[in-house]
Amino acid sequence: MTISTTVNGKTVTLNAEPDSPLLWAIREELGLTGTKFGCGIAACGACTVHVNGEPARSCSLPVSEVAGKSITTIEGIKGADGTLHAVQKAWIAAQVPQCGYCQSGQIMAAVALIQKTGKPTDDQIDEAMTNICRCGTYPRIRKAIHAATGQAATAVEGAA
Amino acid sequence: MADNPTLEMEQPAPAKRKGVKRRAFLIGGVAIVGAGLFGISIADSNAVKSAAKLTAGKGEHSFATWLKIAEDNVITIYSPHTDIGQGSNTGLAQMLAEELDANWDLVKLVSAPAESAFANTGLGRGFLGEMSGQPGIINGIPQSFLSFLARQMNLQITGGSTALRFTGQVTFQKVGAATRLALIETAAKRLGVPASELTTQDSHVIHAKSSRSLPYGKLAAEAATLSLDNDPKLKDPKNYRLMRQSIPRLDIPAKVDGTAQYGMDFAVPDMRVATIMAAPVRGGKLTSVDEGPALAVKGVEKVIKLDDAVAVVAKGYWAAITGLRAMTPQFSDGGNGGFSTASIFKAYDDLIAKGEPAGEAGEGDVKAALGAKPVEAKYQVPFLHHAMMEPFALTAHFKDGKLDIWGGMQDPLASKMMAVDVSGLDSDKVTFHPMLIGGSFGRRLPMYMEVVSQVTKLAMQLPYPVKLIWSREEEIAQGAYRPQSAALLKANVTADKRIAAYSNDYAQTESAEAETTFIYNLPVVARRNYEHKSNQITGAWRSVNSTQQGFYNESFMDELAHAAGVDPVEFRRNHLKADSRHLRVLDECARLANWKAPLPEGVGRGIAIVESFKTIVAHVIEASVKEDGMPKVHKITTVVDAGSIVNPDAAKAQIEGGTIMGLSSAIGEAITLEKGAVQQSNFSDYPLLKLADTPLVHDIHFINSGAYMGGIGEPGVPPAAPALANALFAATGKRVRNLPILTQAKA
Repeated sequence: MTISTTVNGKTVTLNAEPDSPLLWAIREELGLTGTKFGCGIAACGACTVHVNGEPARSCSLPVSEVAGKSITTIEGIKGADGTLHAVQKAWIAAQVPQCGYCQSGQIMAAVALIQKTGKPTDDQIDEAMTNICRCGTYPRIRKAIHAATGQAATAVEGAA
Repeated sequence: MADNPTLEMEQPAPAKRKGVKRRAFLIGGVAIVGAGLFGISIADSNAVKSAAKLTAGKGEHSFATWLKIAEDNVITIYSPHTDIGQGSNTGLAQMLAEELDANWDLVKLVSAPAESAFANTGLGRGFLGEMSGQPGIINGIPQSFLSFLARQMNLQITGGSTALRFTGQVTFQKVGAATRLALIETAAKRLGVPASELTTQDSHVIHAKSSRSLPYGKLAAEAATLSLDNDPKLKDPKNYRLMRQSIPRLDIPAKVDGTAQYGMDFAVPDMRVATIMAAPVRGGKLTSVDEGPALAVKGVEKVIKLDDAVAVVAKGYWAAITGLRAMTPQFSDGGNGGFSTASIFKAYDDLIAKGEPAGEAGEGDVKAALGAKPVEAKYQVPFLHHAMMEPFALTAHFKDGKLDIWGGMQDPLASKMMAVDVSGLDSDKVTFHPMLIGGSFGRRLPMYMEVVSQVTKLAMQLPYPVKLIWSREEEIAQGAYRPQSAALLKANVTADKRIAAYSNDYAQTESAEAETTFIYNLPVVARRNYEHKSNQITGAWRSVNSTQQGFYNESFMDELAHAAGVDPVEFRRNHLKADSRHLRVLDECARLANWKAPLPEGVGRGIAIVESFKTIVAHVIEASVKEDGMPKVHKITTVVDAGSIVNPDAAKAQIEGGTIMGLSSAIGEAITLEKGAVQQSNFSDYPLLKLADTPLVHDIHFINSGAYMGGIGEPGVPPAAPALANALFAATGKRVRNLPILTQAKA
């Protein structure tokens, strides 16, 4: 079937089986490979995108459910002039990524959290940031989220 | 100090052999560099010529294989290492650029091609043959040397532990310094001044007296024709501008905007996607499969049967995995159906009880010295999975007699040679194109890279490119795990509260001696290993055997301290040599953690100190137990002595991540076997630590002792589990002897 939706501000028509996950339409049909496949069961969050502004794990979201909705991927959060999003800048400043594979999903989860809460507390970060990072970049993720929202890092030393 | 054979001590034998005495061995894109053993020669003329041909385009000039300088002053450095996120490539570039006095803004770093100019192919083949069970091309290289190489591989790849200290210190710094001298020599001739009047800065040779300067790009063509100094003098560290600086990592910008291209992301026109299921019981074969249900799935084009696996080829991943799941393939168990977690622990217990070890190390007559009533404790740890975030994804295309493979493996050349063997093609018809790696931790090593063989087999029978993606379920079920292991520890603590004798009888698939550095100064010590093999591959999991050995020894030291009624820090102090690096790390960690400061009710403090890969790390962890029985880590204080540090912030990141990986495995991770098959399937039953489980405070301090440079990617891991277990004992009085803690909390 064909499904009409908006991805990063552009209207697109996806040719996909209705039950197939949004992730594979994004990656294989649209060629937007910043959104990653990690587990296929919505457990790790590497595939996190925004659907109508809410974070969603696209590996387990049937494409039929996004018809007519607005989807944002990691490729779509830069400014129109190509400048990085404040969260991306904070991610570089804190030198967050190691292998980097989960970081698109982490950044999308962080952007959604900040859009919702403004200046998230540590408890809100704990609750919202459930994406898995095997490299263990969590202390820097926390620090970068605080920095992106103009807050001092919680940790006294910790993430440099 | 107990007898600890080290890698360095094992090296001399092969050095004497004709034909293996070379500056660097590259085993599949990984430099195994002499480290003071093999004669150092900057230039191996054949390799240098081939490298120049492979890398230098018009207006570019190659030096000593590893770098080229272009006439526009851009300097490109070829790294034989795959940066899996540990920052080693940035560190290597810092080291070479430092000695070269290069302009950092114009330095690029790329992966070295998986070609023989950057490697010793013959040895690579022999090594691969050994690992894949097809020896024969080993050319008389002694077993001990292959074994040495094998261990080097683990160190190197898992965390770049050897990237900087061997490739960096031995090769890259010298290449940078020698190239700088060649540029100066060229400039001296051109300016008509003595070389001694010239200095270098930001990729320019400068003659201060006459206020003239020449950019490297203008000197490179001529300098590249000179023979390089084999043993150039290196800079005094006090003049460093790039090394010891927290220079931002080169790979990070592409990892925050989605542009970084991993093997998973590779795509070419007409490419199909395949996914695969191998025999759930390792060692089993595919016996039958009805292809019908898969072929009925829209988008599925083909089912391919391999000896021990079945693959589905489709237009995209979703069709492929849906097709695979629609089938019910039948596999034999290869006679391995009897293996289980319980059967393996039973075999370990029996072996230790029988007391006929496969290997022994230590000193003194431990049997007599243990006395009649030693303190005893038995520990058990499970298989651990690497759980790299990017499942295996390789693309292969066989066309016009040539095979190309794209993807991220830790060993590009060994991967290429595996494809050569499997395809039957000549080596020059196969190209492996290394791509970014989404995590590895030792998983993408040659111990078990069946995925390369699989994608080669698929590509050889398909008329189009095919990307083979492993599902997460396949990735977890078909791992190369940290071995399941058990240990019985005994010690005689005498009335003076000192250890008179200490023994560690441990059982797993093989000796852990290479990754066990026992730091305590005891009169009598014995380490005995007992070997039992199941149907699982023995993998190299970040820090290798140091994880379980660190857990055993540092937990037991804590038990002995409590048995002696001595504070655990004080007890360790009493058994470390005065003025040793270990003692300094221990003392600093205790001091910075305010070891004696009171804690809230229910919170305990634990310490552990482990040396691995020549780096000493101590953690003090403050932890309590939550209502659900799971640990809560409140604070970590860490002190690291790695000798010296190339990039402090990148090193810190490795210690942070290593500590978290150590905690994650201690708290929740276990691969278990039943009827020969792995029982876990995904992150739902192989839980990794999440952000909320990590402490708000992790203080990390480095001691720059100036000692021989140690690794940094791995050594943060081993002390994490025992420091946590010791903290939980302090908090609750309950000793953790079996990991993971989750299993015990649920029991």
